[in-house]
Amino acid sequence: MLISRRDFIKGGVAGAVGGVVLYNTSHLMRTLAETRSAQSLKVASPIKGRSLRFVVDINKCIGCGKCVKACKLENDVPLEPEFNRTWVERYTITRSGETLVDSPNGGIDGFTADYMNEKYKGLDIRKSFFVPKLCNQCEKPPCVSVCPVAATYATEEGVILVDRNACIGCRYCVQACPYGARFLDPRYKVVDKCTWCYHRITKGLLPACVEVCPVGARMFGDIEDPNSKVSQVIRERAVAVLKPELGTEPMVYYVGLEKGVR
Amino acid sequence: MGFLYPNEAAIEWDLLIVIYPYITGLVAGAFIVSSLYHVFGITTFNPIARFSLITALAFLLVAPIPLAIHLGRPERALEMFLRPNFTSAMSGFGFIWMVYLLLVLFEIWLVFRPDIVRYAKSGTGIRKTIYSILALGVYDVSERALAVDHKLIKIFAFIGIPAASLLHGYVGFIFGAIKANPWWSTPLMPIIFLLSAVVSGIALLLVMYVLSTKIRKVPLDHVCLRTLALWLGGFLTVALTLEGLEAISMFYESEESWEVIRELITGKIALSYFGIQFFAGAFIPMVTLAITETAKLDEHAKTVLRFFAACLILVGVFAMRWNVVIGGQLVSKSLRGIGDFTPPLMGISGILVSAAVLLLPLVILGVIVYLIPPWQDGVKPVQQKRLGISMSGLK
Repeated sequence: MLISRRDFIKGGVAGAVGGVVLYNTSHLMRTLAETRSAQSLKVASPIKGRSLRFVVDINKCIGCGKCVKACKLENDVPLEPEFNRTWVERYTITRSGETLVDSPNGGIDGFTADYMNEKYKGLDIRKSFFVPKLCNQCEKPPCVSVCPVAATYATEEGVILVDRNACIGCRYCVQACPYGARFLDPRYKVVDKCTWCYHRITKGLLPACVEVCPVGARMFGDIEDPNSKVSQVIRERAVAVLKPELGTEPMVYYVGLEKGVR
Repeated sequence: MGFLYPNEAAIEWDLLIVIYPYITGLVAGAFIVSSLYHVFGITTFNPIARFSLITALAFLLVAPIPLAIHLGRPERALEMFLRPNFTSAMSGFGFIWMVYLLLVLFEIWLVFRPDIVRYAKSGTGIRKTIYSILALGVYDVSERALAVDHKLIKIFAFIGIPAASLLHGYVGFIFGAIKANPWWSTPLMPIIFLLSAVVSGIALLLVMYVLSTKIRKVPLDHVCLRTLALWLGGFLTVALTLEGLEAISMFYESEESWEVIRELITGKIALSYFGIQFFAGAFIPMVTLAITETAKLDEHAKTVLRFFAACLILVGVFAMRWNVVIGGQLVSKSLRGIGDFTPPLMGISGILVSAAVLLLPLVILGVIVYLIPPWQDGVKPVQQKRLGISMSGLK
């Protein structure tokens, strides 16, 4: 069979274009199938409804950093200081009204090392306290709204998760989170964040950070269970949330939240 | 420096995300110029009407590249189409981009159809093949067919205005709708983006038009250039007003975030904000353009000044994109500190890659100009019915 040069080129171009399209389609269909099936895997959870609350008592925190370490070990978070699912901030308010904040290494090593305290020498300090931070698992999460591929979503318990197999790494959610709770995991190039130890709480266990806190500054439980620690604290103490003006409705409540903490 | 949340150490949206809105802005601006000709009947744009369309196409084709290569997982880029989350402004990008691309392609095809058919009929070999493919099997260039084409072109140019506004207004919305970021979160953002887009697009066309006449060694149409310069000055004035208004409102309202924003614009980005975006990129060009309209200068001097002003404006709009994208991320969401960012030279987010992406549209433009030359030296513009008042005010 004789093929003219023109037909040959035509066929070649069509074949090349078709090949590229076919290759991509199969890849896309595969990933689509995978991500869909991953989402449909429902974990049998003992928690019903969105009644989980995390309570942080600022008056109790001693800044030991055990929670940060436990979190990194439990959740395989990169150990470098710029990747944190949870961290501890130290607030120092001077008599002149100046507020100084730091969180050396995310607080993982505590706050007692000399190099962390050089800058406070000679300051006239009125008061100082620690503020543990983590994902607020907002009821109205801006991160979920902005995700272009719905890779980050709220579970039936109201916990915000990231589907590692679906995240494209655009980092719009990192920009949208008012609390700095998200980061790009340098190993997988997808976004990571605190899950309240979803793998533990769905088995009836406490989040790792709550488990290891030596002073009970971190509490976790069901607000609808009258016997739970969190429902007791929320009943008896005044609680507040971070950046309430943004309307994100955080599910992490703070006891003893000082003005200027954000 | 102050305090940053520990996770804020990295600037996540880097140089690639600075050039992305810069490129889409140039698209929107260039397209609006072509629409001024086709829809609003500003016939003085005749020498660049066709050129502005293919300029828009060249930049539009490149617009998704910085976004895609910036992704942590670029191989998942197309999932935006497969599993879009419609509460996300970003999920709309692919769709808006594609609709706009089809629109621009179809309009270009209609505008250049008589040429394509002519080339297809007169060409031989591979040339004939290419133009035959471009003709899409339609060889009817009778007067009646062309009249229908003209009607369609006008409709597409008309739809193209809101489409271009959507494409770029939407980019502004991506930033403006982030309540977490006080430097971004303002409803003015889409409008500011849109106006600076038009400004940069007109400036680009002015620069390219002057350069093209030098390269092709043809005389410059001074009426066309003056019209461009006037529209440029007009849009620049409005853009500048809005950009200034944004900062002045923030200053006057002095909310909780003002302290850190003041620190940002008077410190880390003072040079690129006041120095380049406002002074060198807007104030100086405005004065320069005003001089060309008021001072007694010969046409050559005016051309030089207009060219100079347009170049400065292109730099100024780039600085504006930088100040928004990078500046916004330098501000810690703790409102207690300012971060640091210097783009690296090498790597995917480096200066070299971004420069290459910015130059790519010019290469594409070169190819398109070679395939379908947009120049119509000596061709009289199609007289169109003007809208109510004479829009150009030059005749």
